[in-house]
Amino acid sequence: MPTVGISLVRAHTEKMRPPRALAVPFELGRPFGAPNQPDFQRRVLRAALELFDGHDTPPVLADFPDEAPGPDGDTEGWACPVSFAPPVAELTDARLIERALANEIALLRPWYDEAVKTFHRSAFGISGNSPEQIAGLVASFATDPDGTPAPIEGKPKVIGVKLCIDDLRYFYTEAAIARPDARSTDLAVANWLWGETTLGKVIVAIRDRLMDEADAAGNAGLKRLATSAFVPSHQRWRTRHG
Amino acid sequence: MVHLREMPEHLRDALLNQDVPSFDSTPWAGGPPLKARRVALVSTAGLHRRSDPPFTPGAGDYRIIPDDADMDDLVMSHVSTNFDRTGFFQDLNVVFPIDRLRELLNEGVIGSIAARHFSFMGATPPEQMEPVARDLAPILREDRVDAVVFCPV
Repeated sequence: MPTVGISLVRAHTEKMRPPRALAVPFELGRPFGAPNQPDFQRRVLRAALELFDGHDTPPVLADFPDEAPGPDGDTEGWACPVSFAPPVAELTDARLIERALANEIALLRPWYDEAVKTFHRSAFGISGNSPEQIAGLVASFATDPDGTPAPIEGKPKVIGVKLCIDDLRYFYTEAAIARPDARSTDLAVANWLWGETTLGKVIVAIRDRLMDEADAAGNAGLKRLATSAFVPSHQRWRTRHG
Repeated sequence: MVHLREMPEHLRDALLNQDVPSFDSTPWAGGPPLKARRVALVSTAGLHRRSDPPFTPGAGDYRIIPDDADMDDLVMSHVSTNFDRTGFFQDLNVVFPIDRLRELLNEGVIGSIAARHFSFMGATPPEQMEPVARDLAPILREDRVDAVVFCPV
């Protein structure tokens, strides 16, 4: 089967030597450069497709020459459109955590609805639970993991919890970027979510607990999952295990 | 933010030095000129229709994205937290360039678009995906696909 791949990590492609690849200088998660830049995206796709013509000896590894278009002007100083109460100080009372999350969800809801209108879609919905249901589940799991039922039928509990957490993270993030604002870089939004919301604080606590559990049980699979699937690498300084 | 050059050094080094498969040779499949080819997208972004089951780490399986599916209904259940999703939230085409592919079809750059596209979740050991990929090849062939574009995240 003739193939061509986009390469986001050129060093990996150089080692694997696939038949055809186009190395691009974009950030992970954006293989076609930047959102809402159709002309640029089309250039990237066309450059990849054109590797099907004019070559007959593998491997073909070409470089896309241009950086992705970035936001114009000042990218500093983004602020979430919603002003929150400070995150819950002690994560020991499930009812307090659930109430704090429910307040955050209620404040973000109008912006989330705005985001759905603006983007014509939403990534929320992978867990099959509503934001309010997830708030209860996350609060329960953070304080009493053993007593919390698996939230998604047919999935191991920790995977179900992870999908619920991602869902709520998507809800928050989509709400936060609903208002077109060049300053809303993903790092600015992440710093807000992980630093200023109860949700961020609860996910960090869940990750800490899972890391402890994995270490105590010598569970390598859980350790891998806990390490990389809950808190992004640029926010791990907030966790106990880094 | 998750651009390689902006990563903390230890994280960048860990990524660059990650174990990846190596092969003694590179397979090569030719084909007709691009303007006559039938193109399918194969994503590793963990994309799927909202009604599909989310991906499970390590399963190595895939989801079908019919070309006539409502693309606004696609969600992402990739396990990794270490790539940007804000681009995807704003515009599917930054990870899965289906509208751009249709434009290139209209411009006559490609011959046709496959009846179905496919999505895997990366962060899965490649050897676990190999048998699934081998199953997928004849399905693509049956659809007369002769150009696959791999779209990672």
